[in-house]
This record gives sequence, C-alpha cells and structure tokens, in this order.
Amino acid sequence: MHLRLSAVLFFFFLVSPVSAAEPKRPSPLKSGAEFASADIRAMQTDDFANPGMLWVARGETLWREAAGNSGKSCASCHRDARDSMKGVAARYPAIDPGAARLVSLEGRINTCRSRQQQAEPLQYESEELLALSAYVAHQSRGMPLKVVIDMQNRRNFERGRDFYYRRLGQMNLSCAQCHERNWGRRLLNETISQGHGNAYPIYRLKWQNMGSLHRRFRSCLHGVRAEMLPAGNPDYIDLELFLAWRAQGLPIETPG
Amino acid sequence: MLARVLVPREARRGEVIQIRISIRHPMETGFRYDNSGRVIPKNVINSLVCRYNGVAIFSAEMGSGIAANPQLQFYTVAQASGEFVFEWVDDAGQRGAERAVITVTG
Amino acid sequence: MPTRRRFLATLTAIAGAPLVARAALAQTDGRESLIRQVTGGAPVTAGRVKLDTPTLADNGHSVPLRVIVESPMTATDYVRSVTLLAERNPRPIVATFSLGPRAGRAEVFTRIRLADTQEVLALAQLSDGSYWSGTAKVIVTELACLDGS
Repeated sequence: MHLRLSAVLFFFFLVSPVSAAEPKRPSPLKSGAEFASADIRAMQTDDFANPGMLWVARGETLWREAAGNSGKSCASCHRDARDSMKGVAARYPAIDPGAARLVSLEGRINTCRSRQQQAEPLQYESEELLALSAYVAHQSRGMPLKVVIDMQNRRNFERGRDFYYRRLGQMNLSCAQCHERNWGRRLLNETISQGHGNAYPIYRLKWQNMGSLHRRFRSCLHGVRAEMLPAGNPDYIDLELFLAWRAQGLPIETPG
Repeated sequence: MLARVLVPREARRGEVIQIRISIRHPMETGFRYDNSGRVIPKNVINSLVCRYNGVAIFSAEMGSGIAANPQLQFYTVAQASGEFVFEWVDDAGQRGAERAVITVTG
Repeated sequence: MPTRRRFLATLTAIAGAPLVARAALAQTDGRESLIRQVTGGAPVTAGRVKLDTPTLADNGHSVPLRVIVESPMTATDYVRSVTLLAERNPRPIVATFSLGPRAGRAEVFTRIRLADTQEVLALAQLSDGSYWSGTAKVIVTELACLDGS
C-alpha cells in the first residue's frame, strides 16, 4: 500500500510540468515609491511638482492631434481618454489579436497609429511616445494592475519569468537576486526596490528626463554588464508581462 | 515650449497668493556628450519674467545650475482682476509664454 | 530617516574634519571673491535668510531648494533680490531672483543642480541696499554637471 502510493506520487512529480510551482511574489507587495525618499515621494504625489506631468500634458495635446494620412486623431475614435482609456494600462502587456502577439502599451499605440491613422510608428524614448504612453497610463492611475495569464500569453509569461531568474552579464546577476532576494537593502545611495513597473513611464532624476520601462531594463542590464537589448525588443515585452503579473494588485502610479 | 502654470483662479484683494510654473526644457549644461562624443551645446532658459496686469512682479536670471525641466514657485499680492503673463527665453533664442487669468474680489 | 541622516552627517564630519579645515580656508577665499561678484564688495551680514533643502540630496541633478527671507515686504521695506550660489559648481552663480514690494512674501522655491557636496549660499539684497546671507550644507553622492552623462 505504502509502496504503491509513493510510486504514484513519484510518477506524478516526474511527469507534471516543472513550472507547476508558481514563482513567488514579493510579500508584502510594495510599490517603488515606498523605497524612495520622502522628498521624492512628495514630488511624485504633487501633480504640479511631478515633472512627468509635463509629458502627460503633452500627451493630452497629442491625443487630439490628427496624425498620418488618415487625418484622424486618437480622439477621433477613442473620444475622451478619461473614459475610454480608463483601466487599459492596468491590463497591459496584452495580446494584440490583429498581430497575434504580445504588445506593450507603447506597441499598442503604434499599431493604432499604423493601422488606424496610417501614421509612422513612434520611436521608443521619443518625446511623443513617452507623452502618449504616459497620458494613457495616467488614465488608469489608482487602478490595480491586473494581467491575466491564459493559454494565449502563457509562453510569453514563461519566457519573461525565465528572463527574470536568469543570471546575466559579467556580474552574473539575475533580476531576482536584487529585486526578489535583496529588496529593502541598500545599493549605492538607494534602497533596492521590488522592481515593479506600475509607475512607468517615469521621470528619473538621474536621466533628467522621462523614460520607459524598457529604458530602465537597459539601465539594469548595463548595471550587471550584460548586453542591452534595444527598447521594444520582444524579450522585454515578455519580461514586462511577468513583471505585471508579479505586481498585480499594485495601483498604477504613472507618471512615477 | 511646453509649460504649466498654477495661479489661483480667485483671490481676495490683498491676499498673498502662490504662483507656480513648470517648463519642459532640458537646461542643457554644455558639459554633456552625445553618443558620438561630441559636446551637446549649452542651452538653458536664462531669463524669465512674470507680469501681473503688465507690471513685472517676479523675474529670474538662471544658469545651468537650475535643474532640467525647471520649476519656480514665488508669491505676489493679489491686487486686481486680470492676467498673469509669463515670458522666458533660452540661450538659443527660443521664447516661451504662458498666461493665466485671475479674478480678485473685495 | 532623520537618524540615518544625522549619523551620516556626523560620520562625514568626523572623517572629513582635517580635510574640511584645509578646504574651508581655500573656500573662504574663493567664496569671498564669489560673493564680491554679486555684492560689489558691499558688506554682508549672516542672518534673515533661511534655506530649506535636504541634508542628503537624492540626486545632484535635482535638489529642491526653498529660500525664505525675513522681511515685512512693505512698500518701503522689502527684498529686492535673492542670489543662489553653489561654489563647487562649474558655474557657481546659480540664479538671481528679483522680487520687490509686490511679492508679499520673500520666498522662492526651485530645484537646482549640485556638482558636489557643498554649502549652498543665498544672498538677499534688501530695499535699503544691505546684503544678508544664509547657508545650507548639502551632501551629494550622485553628482550633477561633471559626470559627463
């Protein structure tokens, strides 16, 4: 009886998918703002002091501007972003049914531009794309991140998860080693955060500018002396999905 | 040049009010290099004036020691209904302007 | 984290004491000529000028700074101007703000760049022509201006 049970259990663990154990999510879940100084938190919560709001303001203007050969603006189809875009950023990255692939919010803005507006896609880190993605994500401010992992994006999720746990670069460090195992500890003059993307795009004092989550990934990869993939790379989008899953429940804070 | 201003919409005569302005400008120091190793030329907003119903009530002469995307906060006494006009210029000669209207009661 | 800041400040003070003494001598000479650029040699009295800025800057590229000058701000007794000086910056005269009797309050807030740990100095000129000064020491770990990035 015992032998048969243990044999059954043995076979169960042998054949069940190795990824059955879901990766840990940090507990308690803390937004990046909680690891920043009081001055920086004050700067973020004051909508006028927050430099990121300059990009949100620009985004609001761009939303109403006609683009491309269509002569249409975002507002032509989506009307008031405060209604139509509410909750959108909270479920990104998402599968774009038209292209059957995972896209980030920036990617979705660009597919709208090319398909609906017949306009050129905007470059990552361009003033315009930062402004539009900040404006759209800002409409979900306060709403909890909620991506659903299903059969359609499962592979992306797993690739993102593997990226997260993979040791990279000359320093041979993975995202997890800092952001999962050592969050709350000090590194240089900062406290290591849990590495969530819920406030992006952000105004980073070091950059003296607004930047996307992909720019932040590049900074991290530079930090461990790993190859910095260009912004927009599908690996980053898979990683974004994993991060969004990991941060689920945290409110969007854009612009951080 | 993109800017945001914050001026109270209403105030009582004699009340000290807070004025804020935030401008999108890199305040390029002239000490940075581009990816090809060339110096990015200095270009900062060097002068800003705020006029209240035509009278200058605040002005700033600034250099590269002011942070990028400069923000200023200052005060004035609400005197009469009217307009605040902000004007500024950078080293490259680019000008910017913003306006805000105020209603002063009493 | 005020305790941490105080601890850090104390540690820095103890460790840097001999260096600071030597540097202070050099700085005084440099500072005097810098102040003279603004005042034209007129005497400066320490006082009336308060600087509200973090003891430890998050990032030298953007340091919040509030200058408050004690003044009744009447038509006959007011602050004419406030000049910010950061002697360790490549361009030490950071900004000059012109106020006047209509300001109501002699207070200006902005964000500055600091190229090194240093004492920020604010010079206020009053309506009677007199100069007053105030300082604040700011520790900067991530420097602005000269890191080439």
